[in-house]
Amino acid sequence: MKRYSGFGLVKHAMSHHENWERQWRNPTPKKQYDVIIVGGGGHGLATAYYLAKVHGITNVAVIEKGWLGGGNTARNTTIVRSNYLWDEAAALFEHSMKLWEGLSQDLNYNVMFSQRGVLNLGHTLQDMRDIQRRVNANRLNGIDGEVLDAKGVQDIVPILDCSKNARYPVMGASWQPRAGVARHDAVAWGYARAADSMGVDLLQNTEVTGFKIRDGRVHGVHTNRGDIEAKTVGCVAAGNSGVLAKMAGFKLPLESHPLQALVSEPLKPILDTVVMSNHVHGYVSQSDKGDLVIGAGIDGYVGYGQRGSYTTIEHTLQAIVEMFPIFSRVRMNRQWGGIVDTCPDASPIISATPVKGMFFNCGWGTGGFKAIPGSGHVFAATLAKNEAHPIAAPFSIDRFNSGALVDEHGAAGVAH
Amino acid sequence: MFHIHCPYCDEYREEEEFHPRGQAHLARPATPDTTTDDEWGGYLFFRDNERGIHHELWVHSVGCRKFFNITRNTATYEIHETYKMGERPSVTAENLPDSQHQSGVQAATSGWQTVGARPESASLNQEEQV
Ligand SMILES: Cc1cc2nc3c(=O)[nH]c(=O)nc-3n(C[C@H](O)[C@H](O)[C@H](O)COP(=O)(O)OP(=O)(O)OC[C@H]3O[C@@H](n4cnc5c(N)ncnc54)[C@H](O)[C@@H]3O)c2cc1C
Ligand SMILES: [Zn+2]
Repeated sequence: MKRYSGFGLVKHAMSHHENWERQWRNPTPKKQYDVIIVGGGGHGLATAYYLAKVHGITNVAVIEKGWLGGGNTARNTTIVRSNYLWDEAAALFEHSMKLWEGLSQDLNYNVMFSQRGVLNLGHTLQDMRDIQRRVNANRLNGIDGEVLDAKGVQDIVPILDCSKNARYPVMGASWQPRAGVARHDAVAWGYARAADSMGVDLLQNTEVTGFKIRDGRVHGVHTNRGDIEAKTVGCVAAGNSGVLAKMAGFKLPLESHPLQALVSEPLKPILDTVVMSNHVHGYVSQSDKGDLVIGAGIDGYVGYGQRGSYTTIEHTLQAIVEMFPIFSRVRMNRQWGGIVDTCPDASPIISATPVKGMFFNCGWGTGGFKAIPGSGHVFAATLAKNEAHPIAAPFSIDRFNSGALVDEHGAAGVAH
Repeated sequence: MFHIHCPYCDEYREEEEFHPRGQAHLARPATPDTTTDDEWGGYLFFRDNERGIHHELWVHSVGCRKFFNITRNTATYEIHETYKMGERPSVTAENLPDSQHQSGVQAATSGWQTVGARPESASLNQEEQV
């Protein structure tokens, strides 16, 4: 792999940028690997990268039925933050945040991580109490956070309607300055390129159709390109996790729902932070291209069609216009959906399964983009050592029988 | 947008009048005192999450406010039937020809609009409650 650098950019300019090497190989599947990762989204690719980099396990295949990062990783609204309430979740998301902060250098790939801050608005007394509690909990965990009043919010976002005339007046917000956004595709591509350069095989257009299981242990996978063997299999398939679990003969505490987002026509810079409201139920940021990136809730029914319903779009835009009357005549350009794997306690699953050698990393639901580096890091350790990484341990499937849930409904808030 | 036939109102209404309430026919453990943690966990949290034929509970929340069931394909979004509480589905993954509940399918055959179907016959299958 040739390193990217400013010098390289100048050099390639001489040949009109026609001689850049491909970012990764397109290998033929081998018969056998040490580890198979099912799902080539951000989480799967990051897992493969850390397996190779941290644990020296390079005989790894990432099996992706479509193209790399074409699932939720390419469909999300890229909010990155770590202000979760409970210690377990805070540890996981802050672990991820620390990796984000050095990610572009680590991968030699510009993931355009922009720490422009995230506001979570409060519109009721109860919202404000919850915000105070969460910010205090965050600070005890060494995570940055401030409680702002309405004036403090208005100072950061002058175009937000903080007047008393709003139907749900803004009373304040939590503010995490280190939070922000990143370029979704670049995250997938950066991990893919770096993993490939260490020998990981990225197998696109390859769909896992079943598992080879003998005496309660996994021996490999069936795919549309033949069988591939491995004694360790990590499934990282987001909305399709339940489908894979069914192939392996067990159920997960998950339901798959469509979650949509939309972007507007490009505008001149107008919003330089991320504004989220659980109460009015919508959130918005502005991309570097200038489009407003907007999202809100899931469709309430189980669905695998990667699109959402019109009513949800309407509710989303009502919320945005309620908060930002100035956006009322902005035209929307595109709308799409992804299938999110929601867990009953709004926390993920990073876990061994009833099948030996088979692990699942899923349940990220509406908010797993921010966790890609941390999740990949701890899942790789779990696969390499065949034992849960300490940060991953509380996220075992067992918690749904023991009752030790990590209830992050408040901090997960508006679906994103 | 779904167009859903409420079996109580006996009318088609728009999706906005309804709320989905998850998988149908979940039986609460009959003997709570002797139910194990695994059984409770299964009842409370573990779901079929089917990609294909799915039986689900809906409520006509701004209509008659009654709960009822829908058999729906979660990949194509086609609604096969709606039926009252206490009744059993007449359409199941087992009794549909393979092509009609293909779980890999991503696009609705009928585009964005899916129309709720009334059960062909009023006398629904009387299976055992599971
Ligand atoms: C509209 C929307 C907005 C969001 N906004 C945010 C946000 O602002 N911030 C945030 O943190 N998170 C957000 N999320 C959530 C985030 O996108 C996901 O949690 C995250 O991207 C999941 O990554 P992943 O790698 O696990 O899944 P994916 O990127 O979906 O990758 C899973 C891959 O598995 C593949 N696969 C499935 N089945 C098979 C099979 N049988 N064989 C082979 N491959 C298979 C799929 O093709 C897919 O590429 C949002 C999600 C959506 C849909
Ligand atoms: Zn009704």
